[in-house]
Amino acid sequence: MVTKLTHDIATLSRRRWLAATAGLILGLAAFSNAKAQETIKVGVLHSLSGTMAISETTLKDTILFLIEEQNKKGGVLGKKLEPVVVDPASNWPLFAEKARELITKDKVSVVFGCWTSVSRKSVLPVFKELNSILFYPVQYEGEESERNVFYTGAAPNQQAIPAVDYLMKDEKVKRWVLAGTDYVYPRTTNKILEAYLKSKGVKQEDIMINYTPFGHSDWQTIVADIKKFGSAGKKTAVVSTINGDANVPFYKELGNQGIKATDIPVVAFSVGEEELAGIDTKPLLGHLAAWNYFQSIKSPENEKFIKAWQAYTKNPKRVTNDPMEAHVIGFEMWVKAVEKVKSTDPDKVIDALPGIEAKNLTGGTSKMLPNHHITKPVFIGEIKANGQFDVVWKTPGLVAGDAWSKELEGSKDLIGDWVGKKCGNYNTKINKCGGQGS
Amino acid sequence: MSANFLDRLRALLLAISLAVAFAAPALAGPFEDAVAKFANDDFSDTDEAIGAVATSGNPLAFPIISALQDGRLSADPDTKKVFITQADGRVIDAATGAAVDKLPDNAAAVRLNNRLRRAVEAALGGLTLLSPDPAKRIAAAQSVFKSHEESALPVIDGALAKETNKSVKAAFAEARAAILLYKSDATEVEKLEAVAVVKARGDQEAMALLTGLGNDLPPNVARAAASAIASIQSNLAMWSMVQNAWYGLSLGSVLLLAAIGLAITFGVMGVINMAHGEMVMLGAYTTFVVQEVIRSNYPGLFDYSLLIAVPLAFLVAGAVGVLIERGIIRFLYGRPLETLLATWGLSLVLQQAVRTAFGPTNREVGNPSWMSGAFELGQITITYNRLWILCFTLAVFVILLAMLRYTALGLEMRAVTQNRRMAASMGIATSRVDALTFGLGSGIAGIAGVALSQIDNVSPNLGQSYIIDSFMVVVFGGVGNLWGTLVGAFTLGIANKFLEPVAGAVLGKIAILVLIILFIQKRPRGLFALKGRAVEA
Repeated sequence: MVTKLTHDIATLSRRRWLAATAGLILGLAAFSNAKAQETIKVGVLHSLSGTMAISETTLKDTILFLIEEQNKKGGVLGKKLEPVVVDPASNWPLFAEKARELITKDKVSVVFGCWTSVSRKSVLPVFKELNSILFYPVQYEGEESERNVFYTGAAPNQQAIPAVDYLMKDEKVKRWVLAGTDYVYPRTTNKILEAYLKSKGVKQEDIMINYTPFGHSDWQTIVADIKKFGSAGKKTAVVSTINGDANVPFYKELGNQGIKATDIPVVAFSVGEEELAGIDTKPLLGHLAAWNYFQSIKSPENEKFIKAWQAYTKNPKRVTNDPMEAHVIGFEMWVKAVEKVKSTDPDKVIDALPGIEAKNLTGGTSKMLPNHHITKPVFIGEIKANGQFDVVWKTPGLVAGDAWSKELEGSKDLIGDWVGKKCGNYNTKINKCGGQGS
Repeated sequence: MSANFLDRLRALLLAISLAVAFAAPALAGPFEDAVAKFANDDFSDTDEAIGAVATSGNPLAFPIISALQDGRLSADPDTKKVFITQADGRVIDAATGAAVDKLPDNAAAVRLNNRLRRAVEAALGGLTLLSPDPAKRIAAAQSVFKSHEESALPVIDGALAKETNKSVKAAFAEARAAILLYKSDATEVEKLEAVAVVKARGDQEAMALLTGLGNDLPPNVARAAASAIASIQSNLAMWSMVQNAWYGLSLGSVLLLAAIGLAITFGVMGVINMAHGEMVMLGAYTTFVVQEVIRSNYPGLFDYSLLIAVPLAFLVAGAVGVLIERGIIRFLYGRPLETLLATWGLSLVLQQAVRTAFGPTNREVGNPSWMSGAFELGQITITYNRLWILCFTLAVFVILLAMLRYTALGLEMRAVTQNRRMAASMGIATSRVDALTFGLGSGIAGIAGVALSQIDNVSPNLGQSYIIDSFMVVVFGGVGNLWGTLVGAFTLGIANKFLEPVAGAVLGKIAILVLIILFIQKRPRGLFALKGRAVEA
């Protein structure tokens, strides 16, 4: 009897248990489904500590600002966007770990992140393996086109080459100093520039190439060398790919040794409004920078953006810069692509992105190209006494970004085409996918 | 510079010489039209306007062009009126010279680019050759030397004949020589004399002028020019040695300044303090705060901001140092590995704290006027900020040395480091001395931060870039010996600066590290090793 009862209870409870479990599982699934449907997660992978925090923190704020603005408009596909911010701490291997965490643990639909090329290279395999999307907002050395990455910063032909053209035509520069920090972006850019200058008939002895370590602070010798190199009776200019913290002491030394922009102009590719915020710019009047965006550019979109950004950061002096604009464009493109395919599925969004257009802040419309780069205008600005730039030249229209440089032997036949050829390094000479860089 | 501008400059100089001779009356119509062109906000219009105004002979030409250079020329795009804001703040109409109550609201400064800036400089050079101020005449002669514009020759000749000031006369003679060198119809004798004058000047600009000469010279002149270039080159090569030595001293002074605090905490006390760089950073941020307060409240005191910041930085960094010693390090004496890890962690904490408080971006610390610019000594340029830092470093070193030698605290410090137990039994409160010594080392690091804020970024990472160099200097110089730190810092600075032109900055740094490693193999205790019982303690 007892056994029977027990058995009954046991069977009953087993049945009940099964039902309950099933119900619970269903319920949980439904619940978690409902929760997942509430928001779309957006990963932010920018260093908030360490050396690169100086540049990257602003980009994190930019994405948070854009997400807030988008949510005010009702989010995307009727869902709110939810930022997931991680701190890779300027540590390149940690970038890969944090990227993996964002994609697998937090299940983000898209990641906005990275600054240095080495951090991008470090996360590439993760994005490929887990098939997610990265928007990379910084000007870089090119020679890359990946299916999972969208490059909203400038390729060399959207920044370096037009700047050199400007100096050659408008300033009649005949002698060139290519000065950079010793890592992959300056080295590749300078290789491209050297090939380009030589193709324009500049002789080897009229090119001086100089590399310095990260954070170099004693520029006396190099500035004196530049001065000496510039006194050979030909107009000389410095093309600077000096990165980050080293710029402030470099410009201070230039100012103190009395090198004026009218004698030897310096055109920089990594110095923007943020970097100038730490320098007294009066001695730098007239030195140049090449970017696709300047805060001083007058357009209704830009004025609106600056106002909203300064209100968001509660700082009426907060500056804007080029990589921020790249994030603005990239973010809008992603939103449009998601709305077009009505899904955040990476494959669908990746296929939808090429061809998407978004307004840039300088009054034009940028377009995502099949090689995952975008079209951008190029501006040359001169440093003004108030730390802003005065645009002295711009390209007549928008320039399409080249993933592979036409100046370099190894890459001049390659194109990236993720629409027709489904290939990032298609060799147009032998009509085959693959080649150098694959 | 466009060719038609040069034509206009030529006309301008003629006009000036005429104006000087006949006091020609100003032309009214074309001048006003030219001035109005500044309002078009178009670089080529501005270029034309500069030329036309400069050649007008109008007495307002000089005020207009110099206002343009200083950004004091503004234009109203609607009414096409152009205004000069004078140095005393009064506004006049640029076309008529009539006083105006105030600038219209939509008037904006006339923009310049580098090409126009050069045009302005050249125009001012022409306009100021006859200025009553000798310094301005010299500057004008220099700009003619650079542009070697043929049309300036009659004015220079006239000015040279009347000139009484010796240095202005020399500048005019050089400018005249530069013109003659490039003048196609100058005689061979004239050109040979010109080469000699330029050779005597002997600097980089003289060399630029000579190397820029074309190939169509008479053979004698070409030979003279070549030998002048060679002699200037060898002269400059000699000066570049002097220059390297100076740069070495300057780099050495920076190294010494960064390392001298560490020489106390690590050298004298034996604490491996990885947070040393952050003390430097705290000093730099103290300077920033001081300058912010001064900027907003007492702008007149700006030139004294560094003098005010030095004691404050010492107190701030020193206080933090005492706190660190009392809170962490005193529990870790005799455990170097734990000290290293604890202070390393502390350095990250301090960095992030500053990053949170002040933001991750660089903060602007201005150079007071007495630390900006440079002067020429022979053929080398010496910048004031580097010179002051060198003097400052030596002063800090001497004061520190005197303190250790002649004050009671210094005596106690030396006693404690030489023999702790003996000192304790003589009644010295050793733990108090430990805290004060650590505070002193940290405070000096803070002072270093004040000086380094003048040449480097003020960012949370400031300290990191100096910590390795500082340890290198102290270890190389000999642990526990201040003189060793001094000699070590200057040796490394000078060696680095002589290697850099040969090997490049990156390889130069590596070479120095390799040399130090080899040296330490040979002399593990550094240049000036401590002898005696203290070594074993």
